[in-house]
Amino acid sequence: MIALLAQAAEGPASRTPLIVVGVYLLVLIGLGVFSGSLFRGTSSDYFVAGRSIGPFLLLMSVFGTTMTAFALVGSTGKAWELGAGVYGLMASSSGIVHSLVFFTVGIKLWAIGKRHGYHTQIEFFRARFDSVAIGYLLFPILVLLVIPYLLIGVLGAGAVVRGITVGMFPDTFAGTPNPATGATMFAGAVPTWLTGLVVCGVVLFYIFTGGLRSAAWANAFQTIVFMGTGVIAFFLISDRLGGLEAATRAVLERSPEHMARPNIGKLQFLTYMFVPLSVGMFPHLFQHWLTAKKAASFKLTAVAHPIFIAVVWVPCILIGIWAVGAEITPPGNNPNALLPKVVDTLLHSPFLTGLLMAGVLAAIMSSLDSQFVCLGTMFTHDVLFQWLGKERFSDRQKVLLGRGFIVAVVAVTYVLAQFPPPKIFDLAVWCFSGFASLFPLVFAAIYWRRVTKAGAIASIVVTVVVWSGFFYYGMVKTTLSGVGLDGDYLIAGMMPVAFMVAASTAALVLVSLMTKPPAPEHVERFMVTARHRA
Amino acid sequence: MTTGGKCAWGFVVLLAILHFDFWLWDSTSVVLGFLPTGLAYQAGISVAASIAWALVVKLDWPEGVEEWAAAGEEERP
Repeated sequence: MIALLAQAAEGPASRTPLIVVGVYLLVLIGLGVFSGSLFRGTSSDYFVAGRSIGPFLLLMSVFGTTMTAFALVGSTGKAWELGAGVYGLMASSSGIVHSLVFFTVGIKLWAIGKRHGYHTQIEFFRARFDSVAIGYLLFPILVLLVIPYLLIGVLGAGAVVRGITVGMFPDTFAGTPNPATGATMFAGAVPTWLTGLVVCGVVLFYIFTGGLRSAAWANAFQTIVFMGTGVIAFFLISDRLGGLEAATRAVLERSPEHMARPNIGKLQFLTYMFVPLSVGMFPHLFQHWLTAKKAASFKLTAVAHPIFIAVVWVPCILIGIWAVGAEITPPGNNPNALLPKVVDTLLHSPFLTGLLMAGVLAAIMSSLDSQFVCLGTMFTHDVLFQWLGKERFSDRQKVLLGRGFIVAVVAVTYVLAQFPPPKIFDLAVWCFSGFASLFPLVFAAIYWRRVTKAGAIASIVVTVVVWSGFFYYGMVKTTLSGVGLDGDYLIAGMMPVAFMVAASTAALVLVSLMTKPPAPEHVERFMVTARHRA
Repeated sequence: MTTGGKCAWGFVVLLAILHFDFWLWDSTSVVLGFLPTGLAYQAGISVAASIAWALVVKLDWPEGVEEWAAAGEEERP
């Protein structure tokens, strides 16, 4: 950072990185125009891409949606903090569990959604449990869990661009005062409000024109960009460090513990496996599943997803530990600032810096677009249509309403991002844990005939209560007391999500068994009949 | 389910168990001259997971899901 500021003092820093990002954004706008031209004008086409997405686009859109900026920036920073064990903690477990969820839950929900014409998760749960109330109970929970996720995306984009563009516009942007010292920080950098505006504007442009189909096309491009960025950065950085072996040898000499896992507990490692169950309850992923043309479209997604995770994460984890060996420290010891710092220190290439910035933005935007479309769809279908009746609107009006709600969601997100709550980035694992705790609900809804409406409601209520309790002790109380947590909040060495999933499952099973079973003919409508080879 | 299907699912379960590589916890050794052994092992788990899911897809694919989905779609007004 000091080097960057010094550079700013000597004159404006190279603006090439912004040109690279500009080209990336122009390609996205072009893709928006192209995919918008494929739009057939129907609500089904707008909300679920006419259920026409093939294997490749499904793989790319699901992967792009699942991976956030954390895959590039966060993974590198976490490895710098905790060592190479971060891959086993967060990535390889996701490779196993995500594909398990795609295979066991995704395919069935696709079939149920297609058979009954659903566009949102809540439409499914309302029908499955024959309960309007369950929709009203779930709606605010899902929206509240998605909102921090959205804010993290918008704020993360702003932070990365601000960090990289320091000194580029000394006459335009004065920077911000450091609250502790009063000194000017980020002089001449693109401010976070401007990056947020551009990111939200570009995403809104392409999802407004073509809905989820445009998001799928954009996600495919974005996934290629952020996967390619990670791999390119890996080879160039290892080259600058004297090669693969020399880079690792430096870690062994300076901090051998980064090769192992002294900073990760065994029970923490084990119970972290519950976190990736969250993908089973992400409302935006549910909507992507519904876009599949055929059940067979899921085959490539289930098979390639673990390999894709390895392609993105392994290089980033190595860069993170190599930074320790090279004694590169991120500004303010902020792990999320490590990757830009490594690129700046070792590569001195404005073009590559721009490529990295585009890669990070791609990872962020590939999740943002689906979440925006999803929330717009939920407000349209689960609130407006539920209150006023779907039948009173023409198909064209449904699309217009969907677009209107998407614009509103993007605008509200942008405004909220200007007033971020403290420790917003620490909320990610809590949001994921909340979604994971609701996984027993969706699993039972698909596979367990005996699950009842009361059992489902009990499971949701228990999830809210247990999550809120842990959140208070693990996040709110520590934040208010001014004593930050060093690492994850653990209970008896375990991730809170393990207790949340156990409590949610117990409530679901016990209350279901204590209440009257649902009518078999009703349940039959949701039991996907499939033949497995005998 | 065929024996092959059971084996494929068994492979998935085995990987979930093998993922907990407590014996590599304190290892600082490297493979291929640059890759921490623990990281190489877990990357191997990712590759094996792809193979396991390919086997599940091949040997225990749920046939008839598309027909079930389409049948209801035709019934819808």
